[in-house]
Formats: sequence, C-alpha cells, structure tokens
Amino acid sequence: MKLATGLILLVAALFVISLVIGVAAVPAGQSLRALIWDDGTPLAVVMREIRLPRAILAALIGAALGLSGAAMQGYLRNPLAEPGLIGVSGAAALGAVVSLQTGLSLLFPLALPFAALAMAVLAVLLILVLAGPRGSSITLILAGIAISALTGALTSLALNLSPNPFAAADIVFWMMGSLADRSFVHVWLAAPFIAIGAALLFSLGRGLDALTLGEDAAEAMGIGLKGVRLRLILGTAAAVGAATAVAGAIGFVGLVVPHLLRRAVGARPSALLWASALGGAAMVLAADIAVRLILPDRDLKLGVLMALVGAPLFLHLIFRTKREMA
Amino acid sequence: MWGCVRPSDLKPWLAALVLTGAAAFAATAGADPRPQRVVSINLCTDQLALMLADPGQLISVSKLAQDPSSSSMADLARAYPTNGSGAEEVYLLKPDLVLGGTFTSPATVSMLENLGIRVELFAPARSLADVPKRLKQMGKALGQEDKAATMIATFETDLATLSAAPEHRPRAALYYVNSYSVGDHTLAGDILRAGGFDNVAAEAGLRQGGTLALEQLILLDPDVIIEGRDYPGQARAEEVLHHPALHALSGTRVAGTVTDRDWICGTPLVLSAVRNIRDLRLSLEAAQ
Repeated sequence: MKLATGLILLVAALFVISLVIGVAAVPAGQSLRALIWDDGTPLAVVMREIRLPRAILAALIGAALGLSGAAMQGYLRNPLAEPGLIGVSGAAALGAVVSLQTGLSLLFPLALPFAALAMAVLAVLLILVLAGPRGSSITLILAGIAISALTGALTSLALNLSPNPFAAADIVFWMMGSLADRSFVHVWLAAPFIAIGAALLFSLGRGLDALTLGEDAAEAMGIGLKGVRLRLILGTAAAVGAATAVAGAIGFVGLVVPHLLRRAVGARPSALLWASALGGAAMVLAADIAVRLILPDRDLKLGVLMALVGAPLFLHLIFRTKREMA
Repeated sequence: MWGCVRPSDLKPWLAALVLTGAAAFAATAGADPRPQRVVSINLCTDQLALMLADPGQLISVSKLAQDPSSSSMADLARAYPTNGSGAEEVYLLKPDLVLGGTFTSPATVSMLENLGIRVELFAPARSLADVPKRLKQMGKALGQEDKAATMIATFETDLATLSAAPEHRPRAALYYVNSYSVGDHTLAGDILRAGGFDNVAAEAGLRQGGTLALEQLILLDPDVIIEGRDYPGQARAEEVLHHPALHALSGTRVAGTVTDRDWICGTPLVLSAVRNIRDLRLSLEAAQ
C-alpha cells in the first residue's frame, strides 16, 4: 500500500512538473491558472493544446510500456522480455509507418493505431513461437534481434521510398520516440487502445502468479493457459501498438521499471503489473521533462535518455543470466 | 505555366530577351568573348541563366529546374536538357562556363576547376536587394550586361510600386516544416517586410533561419501565420503545421500555404511573392 501511494504521488508530481516546463519560460502559478481557467490568452492555448496532451501521453505511454514489460516477463518468466528489445515496438512502428505512407491513415484516422496493433500482434506471435514459454534467454534475445532488425530495415525502406523529403529524417523518430508537439488528436487515438490493452493485461494477474509454479501446476489450479496467452498477445499489442503509433518506439521502459520494482512487490507478478504501470508512467514523464531541460528548443528523442539508463542495466542483466547459467 | 505570376510582369523581360537576342546574334559574327556552352547546376542559377542567356548559349540546366514545385520557370526549362549536377556528367557536356551556387558541393566545384573549366558561383539571395546584384553578376558572367541592366531597372521600378508603405503593419509569422521559421535577414523575411508585414520571428530573436518552437509561436500571438508548402506524402516533421493549437488562437488567421517556388530564388520572379503577400495583407485589412 505504501508503495502504491508513493508511486501515485510521484506520478502526480511529475505530471504537474511536466505541465509547467516548456520552451517558453512562464511562472508555474500563472501557467497552471491558465490551464484551469481558460482566459482566452495564448498561454491558455499553450497549456491546454500543447502541454496538457503531452503530459497525458507521457503518462499513458509510460504506463502501457511498463505494464507490457511486466506482463511479458511474468509470462515468459524471463527478465529480459521487453517490448522494445524483442521487436514488438519496432513492428508497431513499421505498421504505423506503412499506414502513414500508403495514405491509409488519411482516409481513416484509426488505421494508424490499428496497423500498429496488427504488426505488434504478429511480432508477439513470432516471439512466442520462436522463444516459447520455456525458451531460454538466448532464443528470446536472438528472436528479438531478428525481428527488430527486420522491422527496422523495412521502416527505413518505407520512409526512404516516400516522396516527402522529410520522411527519411522521421526514421530517428520511429526508432527513438518523441512526444514533441503531440496534440489531443493523438491522445484520443491512443487512449482507447491503451485502455483495452491495460484491461486485458491487468486481468492476467492470477494466471501469472500461478505460472511462477510452472505450467502444470498452473493448469492444475484451473488457469486456462491458452486464454492467458491470448490475452497477453492482444493486450501487449494493443498497449504497445497504440503507444508506438503516436510516439514512436520508446525502448527500455518495460525492462528498467519492472526490474526496479520487482523486489518491492515481493516478486509477485500480479502486484508487479500495477506497480510497473505506475512506475512506467513516472519514468516516461521524467524522461520527457529531462529532454526539455537538456535541449529546450531541439527535439531530443526520448529513446536517447532511455537507452542511457536502460542499456547498462540490460548488460547487467545479461551478466547475471550468464552467471546463473554457469 | 506562370501560375500566380501575371503575364504583364513578364512582357518587358521577354521583349528585352528578343531584342537583345537579335543584337547579340549580330555581334557573334566576330570573335566573341561570351561563353558559348554554359551549364547551370543550381536551381537559382538555372532561372537567372534562363532569363539572360541568348538562345543556344545555355546548353543544360539542373534537374530541379524542371520541377514545377521548386522552379518558377519549369515550363521554359523543359526545352533544355537537364543534368544531375555531378562533375562527371557536367564535364562530358564540354562546357566553357559552369554556373553553381556557393552551396554547391565543393568537391564538384574543385573537380571541374581542376579540369580547367571556369566555374562561376552565386551566393543565395538573402534580401530583395540581392536580386539586382545576382542579375548583374549573371549578366557579366554570360556577357549579357545590357539585358541584365534592363531587367534590373524593371525590377526596381516594380518593387518600388509594390512595396508602398502601409499605415498599419500586421504581425506575421512564417512557419515551415520542423518548426522552422525565418527572421528579417532572409529572402523570405524580406518578402514579408516588402509586403507590409512585421515578422514576429524577430521578436523571438531570430534574425536568420532557425527553430521557433510551437509554444513560442503561440505565445507571440501573431495576426497571421503563413505556412510553408506541403510536400507530397506524409512526414512527422510536417505534423506541426496541422497542430490544433494553431487554430485555437482567437485573433490569429492561419493563411495556409503561401510560400512557394517564387520564394526560393533571388530572381525578379520574387515580385509575384511580394504581390501575393501584399494581397494577403489587403484581405486581412478588408476582413477587419
């Protein structure tokens, strides 16, 4: 309970800080007043149309990524399973890019999250087929590298073929992720999918707890493993797909957050689910504040910060896995 | 072909072209110091050369010259063979003069010079006052000084007529892909000024080109936001031009795509850009 309160307060505090930080330096009190009472000034427009959707998206996307990481790690019983590392985010980005470059998303705005979701489903399916519930870390990582490399190459190809001279520069956005100048259009596109995905993933708690005892024990406890797997695939794909469709692929959130919180929740997968959702929201909000503090007027990508924090941890996890195997 | 350029703008130039062309032909009988095989490898020198060269003097223009979204003289350029601006290709055309921009790849320029070809480089125009300078330079390079002088005179008279100072100068912002904006020390900024607007980018401390974050733009609260051209296909870099915040300001009009091919190069065709901007200002005044 203490952990929950702490995390909620942290997310709330970061949310407010995210709202009062921006290129234009305006006193915090004044900007929050403009947010709450729309006085028709340009400041109110900045607060309501630029900073508020940005903060909401940071929290939503962070929660989606943290939760998906915790769920995948619980199901595969492997701390290296993370949507970014195993190629789910990359596949979602490919889906989004294809729907944008074919013009499908112009005909029908929901095509953007749907295409990202469809590709994410494919990637999760591939991972489960290649690595399987009892697969080793090596097969999981190798499958992830293969999927990431393939989707990354296809994304670059699609963007390089675009008649738009700026599309090729978008490769960085799709690989690293950014929340710069997003609007409520993007919130409304992503939020319903993230909500459905989160509902599916939160429903996995009991199943994941049972799975810590092994598959046979879980079946004996009345857990339908097929159902668990289906909800995991659809839930992860919806949450990660929608998040990636509007913000690009933001890696390492689902790796770092469950790792930091696992001990605090007593290593129980069901408790780790909600803790990682809150922790992920806090982490992406913090990273999005940091990119604006480091380079206020340039669009520093979120993935840069995430990789700086996440890559050393990833190496540490690999070393530990190696030691355990030796 | 001329899009928004009025035919009356062109008449004096075309007349000058025909007249001096005939005179030049007579002069070529003796030993002629004028370059005879001119190749242009830059969009802006393409257009200046198309205006000033004698028939047959210009033998190739760059590929961009035929692209109607970038070149104001695309139709005229279609009569010429194009080149891809590479040293090898250009050398094989056996030019006696190559026209390039100061931002043309230095490797290409030095390669051509080492091969013994004269290369004349033109700096991009940063103001309307640069237009006569570039015309003069091109006139000299092509040996068409008289034609250039006529064109400069026409340009200066027309510009003076167009840029009569208005009583009230509305505040405008030029907003391009990737949150890019330009200040007063640029050709686009100068077109805006001549059309009777104050540029809000100057208030944000932007003198040349640079990033103007969406937040800053909104807080500057300009009377009108003039957007850069929309390219085919989609790119995230362009999404900032469709951000709902731009339309949420009550006193601001979003003018959409006004900047086009006439804004790119410092040729007399920028006058049609000035005229469009002046028309925009007049329509704003009429709406008030």
